[in-house]
Amino acid sequence: MKQTITCINCPIGCRMTVETNGDEIVNIDGASCKRGADYAKQEAVSPRRMVTAVVNVPSCQTPLSVKTESPIPKDRIFDCMRAIGNAELKTPIRMGEVVCENVCGTGVNVVSTRDLP
Amino acid sequence: MANMNEMYVDVLIIGAGPAGMAAGIAAREAGLENVLILERENEIGGILKQCIHNGFGLHRFKEELTGPEYAQRDIDRMEELGVAVQCDTMVIEIDSGKRVTAVSRTHGVQVFRAGAVILAMGCRERPRGALAIPGTRPAGIFSAGTAQKLVNMHGFMPGRRVVILGSGDIGLIMARRMTLQGAEVLACAEIMPYSSGLNRNIVQCLQDYDIPLLLSHTVVDIRGRERLEGVTIARVDEKLQPIPKTETEYACDTLLLSVGLIPENELSKQIGVELSAVTQGAVVDDTLQTSIDGVFACGNVLHVHDLVDFVSEESAKAGRAAADYLLGKRRAPSESIPVADGSGVRGVVPQRLCKPANNAQASGVRFMFRPDRVYQNVKVEVLDGKHTVKSVKRRILAPGEMAEIPLSAGDIQSLSGNTVTVQIME
Amino acid sequence: MKPKIVIIGGGVIGCAVARELSAFSADILLLERAVDVAEGASKANSGLVHAGFHAAPGTQKAMFNVQGGRMFEALCKQLGVPYRRNGAMVLAFNKQQLDILHELLEQGKANGVDGLEIIGREQVLAFEEHTNPTVEAALFAKSAAVTSPYELTYALADHANVNGVGFQLNTEVYSIEQCEKCFRVDTNKGSMISDIVINCAGTGAGRLHNQISDRKVNIVSRKGEYYLLDHDNRPMFSHTMFQTPTGMGKGVLITPTVHDGLILGPTALDIDDDADVSTTVDALKTIREITSITWPQESLKTVVTTFAGIRAHETGGDFIVGAVDGAEGAYEAIGIESPGLSSAPAIGLYIADRIAEDFHLHRKPKRIPPPARPKSFADMTVKEKRHAYRQDPAYGSVVCRCEQITEAEVRAAIRRPVGATTVDGVKRRTRAGMGRCQGGFCSPRVMEILSEELGIVLNQVTKSGGSSRMLSNRIEDAFLEMDGKHE
Repeated sequence: MKQTITCINCPIGCRMTVETNGDEIVNIDGASCKRGADYAKQEAVSPRRMVTAVVNVPSCQTPLSVKTESPIPKDRIFDCMRAIGNAELKTPIRMGEVVCENVCGTGVNVVSTRDLP
Repeated sequence: MANMNEMYVDVLIIGAGPAGMAAGIAAREAGLENVLILERENEIGGILKQCIHNGFGLHRFKEELTGPEYAQRDIDRMEELGVAVQCDTMVIEIDSGKRVTAVSRTHGVQVFRAGAVILAMGCRERPRGALAIPGTRPAGIFSAGTAQKLVNMHGFMPGRRVVILGSGDIGLIMARRMTLQGAEVLACAEIMPYSSGLNRNIVQCLQDYDIPLLLSHTVVDIRGRERLEGVTIARVDEKLQPIPKTETEYACDTLLLSVGLIPENELSKQIGVELSAVTQGAVVDDTLQTSIDGVFACGNVLHVHDLVDFVSEESAKAGRAAADYLLGKRRAPSESIPVADGSGVRGVVPQRLCKPANNAQASGVRFMFRPDRVYQNVKVEVLDGKHTVKSVKRRILAPGEMAEIPLSAGDIQSLSGNTVTVQIME
Repeated sequence: MKPKIVIIGGGVIGCAVARELSAFSADILLLERAVDVAEGASKANSGLVHAGFHAAPGTQKAMFNVQGGRMFEALCKQLGVPYRRNGAMVLAFNKQQLDILHELLEQGKANGVDGLEIIGREQVLAFEEHTNPTVEAALFAKSAAVTSPYELTYALADHANVNGVGFQLNTEVYSIEQCEKCFRVDTNKGSMISDIVINCAGTGAGRLHNQISDRKVNIVSRKGEYYLLDHDNRPMFSHTMFQTPTGMGKGVLITPTVHDGLILGPTALDIDDDADVSTTVDALKTIREITSITWPQESLKTVVTTFAGIRAHETGGDFIVGAVDGAEGAYEAIGIESPGLSSAPAIGLYIADRIAEDFHLHRKPKRIPPPARPKSFADMTVKEKRHAYRQDPAYGSVVCRCEQITEAEVRAAIRRPVGATTVDGVKRRTRAGMGRCQGGFCSPRVMEILSEELGIVLNQVTKSGGSSRMLSNRIEDAFLEMDGKHE
């Protein structure tokens, strides 16, 4: 399979073509540095993203901002959003507190990114 | 005569966003006792509080933080050091004698007399009116940052079907935020042939969600009497004029504008500091001092940055400079050397260098600027008159990313006193 | 028994009539189709109190303009509305235009306008250094002034309201029918019976007039577009700068606003749709082309916004003010285009006096004075600010940075007798959101205060009534609706 990937490492934004066979990289074209090639490999085989969101907390004017502790598979982003939306929260919440454990079975926790007294 | 109604502070900092926080911390660390930051919002942290996405702090902390987390690092440090912040306080007047009038709900009208003032008010977004886009004026048109505040700080969606005009980073970030939160983002139109946003944001905020980025396109009509009903987008020519018969209509209830940031310099004008027509911020020397003695400027009110890390770094320098100024450590400037934009360079900061008197030690400086277009494989040069004192190669320069070139203390010491020019050589 | 009077239209004319009538014993109700008063021509015009030389002698325009102009300063002072006598000039660039100046001068004298003179190039340039130096001469009108048309309308409405005039908003009159000794007024909120009707319905006035009179009128909607420039420094022009008039009105002009902005416009285009206040590329281009004749170094760098207003033009060319022909008990003020604002105080007085005489209304022994209009926080001295804060700590909370408007002022605007119920209503009453950031900073806070004061949820707050909601739903509800879309 061939995929086109835009590099995000610098403003050049190289358009790289990655050829894969299952999880195996067959060929990378268009990368002008090693960092770019590494990024292309990762993106082609298993793209991951951090997810950040806010949740309204009952009786709180300001919503709580949250994030995944580390990137999760890109195709699970909306599942993750749904899980965050369903989280039942009560103040006070401290920054770093786990809001959803092992979100959608990704092995990654969703944590609070601010204090909400 | 001392006025009973006036309170003295060593350094008064206006704005407790990333710039004000870093300046306050640095001034305190440099030994000043009496540092006060005035903040108009009810929380410390400025725009970082609503920037809930990650990507902050890679340079400064070597890790990727969200906006609130980045802010918390500085808030914690301010608490440790005892840097005072007064929130819910709007500065309404400031004069060249560094007398600052502010109002707040808790304290009413307060007048401060400051030893030094640091301007750290940040920037604001260009509104729709400034673009004079034809059409109606319904509800549903927001600047991207206002929409970000409504979603992230108030928990409400501004709308459900969204078009974004301008590809500034806040617009891109909001394309993703609105999509993740259940809205449909139809397109992002950019009048220039390139985006002013970071590649990373184009990929992760637009491409990830199949949102088209329409380069060389702009909104030419706005429809809807009460709530927005749709916009028309057309292609533009090289002179940025809409090309007839290239119009496409989009039915949408929301238009977000991400069409530029303007340093918020109302107070700077009031105090009378010299402003640059290019950066729209103050003209400063290498200590970030403005044209008025003891008044410093840093962060987005000085020139609009892309990365908060550099705002913090610059502002810490302003904080230290203000401390030096008050503690009498400042090297007496004997000569002020003007710094000019050369070919390809827009808005170089600082605009003046102070060559230290006698044998006092100079410190290095880092010139920051934006290229006027995209350049590949060029040299950035610093000229002393016509003579090149520094030259560095750059693989890529783009208007969306601030460029820089450092000049060492030694280089500064050897300057002739002629105008220094920063230029791009192809 | 007190007669029942229905006033149709809550523009500056309807409100001026309401205020004058409120001095008499009557049961008065004002109907307005929009969510607020001053939502039509009264919110989007040049804000000028004309000297009165533009209209031909003997016309209603000339008469009411000159009379109204003389009443204006005292009225604004009484109501706490900004007013500044800045003076106006009509520029002539050639012999032909100079002839027109002389005609205007004579016309003005015939209309009874004081303080008119023709001045030469040097004096024009001494007054206004940015004027095109090729100017030959100008007609200078000392008595011309600027005011705020919507602030005047709000103040008139408040004063009428505290003296018993009812204001029924969001009420559109479909038809008026003359019955025996009364009128039946049909609206979207039902029908009502009234002894007297007064038609001040702006662009809608022609249709209503023709329902009750055999002498037909024809009202055309004439759109005028404008640029508004920032008041960062003092405005580039302190006088109102006309060029010699054209067939479509007084032409495109440059004028300072009473709040030190600068207005460029209006264009004049007859349109079919009386609600079409969109701006267009062509009109904005026309404004730039024409105003650059007056102001060659024209700079639009500080544009805050562009806007359009609709004025009601009667094809006969004059105002039609007075009793409606062939419909006893019906009165009207229609075709009120420029100089309508200047004429409003005189038109209000004329219609009220006419009705009082025809129906033998009793003058109330005493009228309640207008509600005090406190000085705006931005204009107070530090001492006054301290005092204001001690009276109400909400003065300590600045909501709008650009115009320095406090929470106390926003709340007061909502609590006025005919108070703001929308973001635009707050904006025009307080100036919050009028500045260079155009509400970017203050609108979330203004929405919060509106929701608190009106007891509604944040997303029920509208920009200008109807379906103009500022927000859609809460984030969790938006998300639920999406479910299934990204499975």
